[in-house]
Amino acid sequence: MDQLNNNVLIETKRLKKYFPTPNGFLHAVDDVNITINKGETLGIVGESGCGKSTLGRVILRLHDATSGDVFYDGLNINEFSENEMRLMRQNMQIIFQDPYASLNPRMTVAEIIEEPLRLHKIYKTKAETRARVEELMELVGLPMRSYNAYPHEFDGGRRQRVVIARALAINPQFIVCDEPVSALDVSVQAQIINLLMNLQKQMDLTYMFISHDLSVVKHISNNIGVMYLGQLIEKSTKQEIFNRPLHPYTIALLSAIPSINVMEKSKKIILKGEITSPINPKPGCRFAARCPFATDECISRSPVFREVLPGHFVACHRCEEILSKTLQYDI
Amino acid sequence: MENREKIIEVKNLHVHYVTDDATSKAVNGIDFSVYQGESLGLVGETGAGKTTTALSIMQLIPDPPGIIVDGEIIFEDKNIIYNTDKENQAMRGNGIAMIFQDPMTALNPIMTIGDQLSEIVTTHNKLSKSEARKRVVELLKMVGVKEDRYNDYPHQFSGGQKQRVVIAMSLLCSPKLLIADEPTTALDVTIQAQVLDIIRELREKLNMSMILITHDLGVVAETCERVAIMYAGQIVEQGTVKDVYLYPKHPYTRGLFDSIPKLDSDSEELIPIDGTISNASDLPTGCYFHPRCKYCRDICKQKQPEQRGEDHKFMCHFDLFSGEGK
Repeated sequence: MDQLNNNVLIETKRLKKYFPTPNGFLHAVDDVNITINKGETLGIVGESGCGKSTLGRVILRLHDATSGDVFYDGLNINEFSENEMRLMRQNMQIIFQDPYASLNPRMTVAEIIEEPLRLHKIYKTKAETRARVEELMELVGLPMRSYNAYPHEFDGGRRQRVVIARALAINPQFIVCDEPVSALDVSVQAQIINLLMNLQKQMDLTYMFISHDLSVVKHISNNIGVMYLGQLIEKSTKQEIFNRPLHPYTIALLSAIPSINVMEKSKKIILKGEITSPINPKPGCRFAARCPFATDECISRSPVFREVLPGHFVACHRCEEILSKTLQYDI
Repeated sequence: MENREKIIEVKNLHVHYVTDDATSKAVNGIDFSVYQGESLGLVGETGAGKTTTALSIMQLIPDPPGIIVDGEIIFEDKNIIYNTDKENQAMRGNGIAMIFQDPMTALNPIMTIGDQLSEIVTTHNKLSKSEARKRVVELLKMVGVKEDRYNDYPHQFSGGQKQRVVIAMSLLCSPKLLIADEPTTALDVTIQAQVLDIIRELREKLNMSMILITHDLGVVAETCERVAIMYAGQIVEQGTVKDVYLYPKHPYTRGLFDSIPKLDSDSEELIPIDGTISNASDLPTGCYFHPRCKYCRDICKQKQPEQRGEDHKFMCHFDLFSGEGK
């Protein structure tokens, strides 16, 4: 993956973000290397507290990285000045999870959507701005009569459309979608997923799609990265991840998804214990405490994130045994 | 099925929330029963009336503004709608217990979990402190919480552990019916699998009946025998999980299945249901689902459909599965 590829839009190298706490450093993002190609979607999955949202924010420099680099189209944005970064932000936007919290209740739909246009001084006249707002509203499927409406008049799905219109206003190339459909009901969720996918096709957008819902991630992504306690532990195409997961955590995670298939009831892998603390983690594999295959090596030495199959990266000492099926979950 | 004992029967239940401005019709004539040892899934989106149904059974509808305007809830051969406060007190915990969605708000943050759980035991039963402690420890063990956490406060527990404590709490008085309102929605997938596993195991062990409220069709498929799909305060379809999942008859049920991404098939486009759920204080005429229904015809706008079917019941003028009305 490291070969010169001018298709790459986003790349992180050894990216780290530690937060200081009274008890030590919280390793929210620890040594993460990802690449996202233009026009593609990278899905990031993992449990709460695994650092997926922090990763999204560090890539947008909403948090400054502790160390490591973020490249946008080959440019290292961690070296940008604030002014350069402000210009850069026209290319990158974020959609948050909770459309009830991310919209100012005192602003109308039109004011919300035109705010980024004003901040970045895109248009000179009011008429141009208004035309752009109307164009955006149509693009995301908001009726014109809601031009002067307030967010409280909308349900979650329409609010999320406003959030999407605001994110698209300044024609970004890259959007971090942080659990954009998690707060929505399934019937509305499908509307928003379809909207995001259609917009991607129309405008050649690049997404990083963060979610804990694996079926949604599978639907929308080209590639998937699985995070555990701040680290990327497995990454490949979605077909590889779903058909041939190699990390014990990924295998358990996929098995735990409740299935609507009533004819074939698969046995679940029930992991013991819960995600451990990300504050001053011990050396060794962070999943070892919950992993039924953990050996002394797993506890003492951190596994390297390596390419086990072409394009399939895993951080596990024993993934070869899993690949050859000599090591299997006992269910 | 019929020879099993009915634990609870809800007949033609109507619940309204009345305020000065509007009357919100949250539940509009629902009928269902739960049998001994059976688990019923109550599925629907936000505002469908799932939680109001649960609160009616618990006799916990906030009054005002909530009023049960019509119907019966028969528990142990008695219509509990006319219960006195004292009778309700006795029924809750011993007869029917409830697990709420957010485990943090269900626990008192300034009491150790040992204290709050044993308080429940001593309130409902005439037991000494040490006997109560024994009972609490026994149940905590059953849900996988170690005895040495007896004197810990809720904030010292993780989300999954808290939900285990709440499950133990609901089972302290051996209820006949457990109502679980989105018990795993706030939890991560791997923890959700653990909690569902515990609930399933306990239900088998105690032969307890359960109403599981959720919006997740997968969770219902994993844990329930029967399912009722709610929309705008009505049960639009109910039957065994197999019947409803394999042969959905109501357009809303079909729409729900079409709008979720499937894990075991590669992405076809999702087919969302147009529009959003109707405002409960301004319900449409005719079938409540007609403004969003792609099969809607004139009759749907005028007349409310009757409930049809024997074991697999649904509320639609047409029988879509047999090709009628398409």
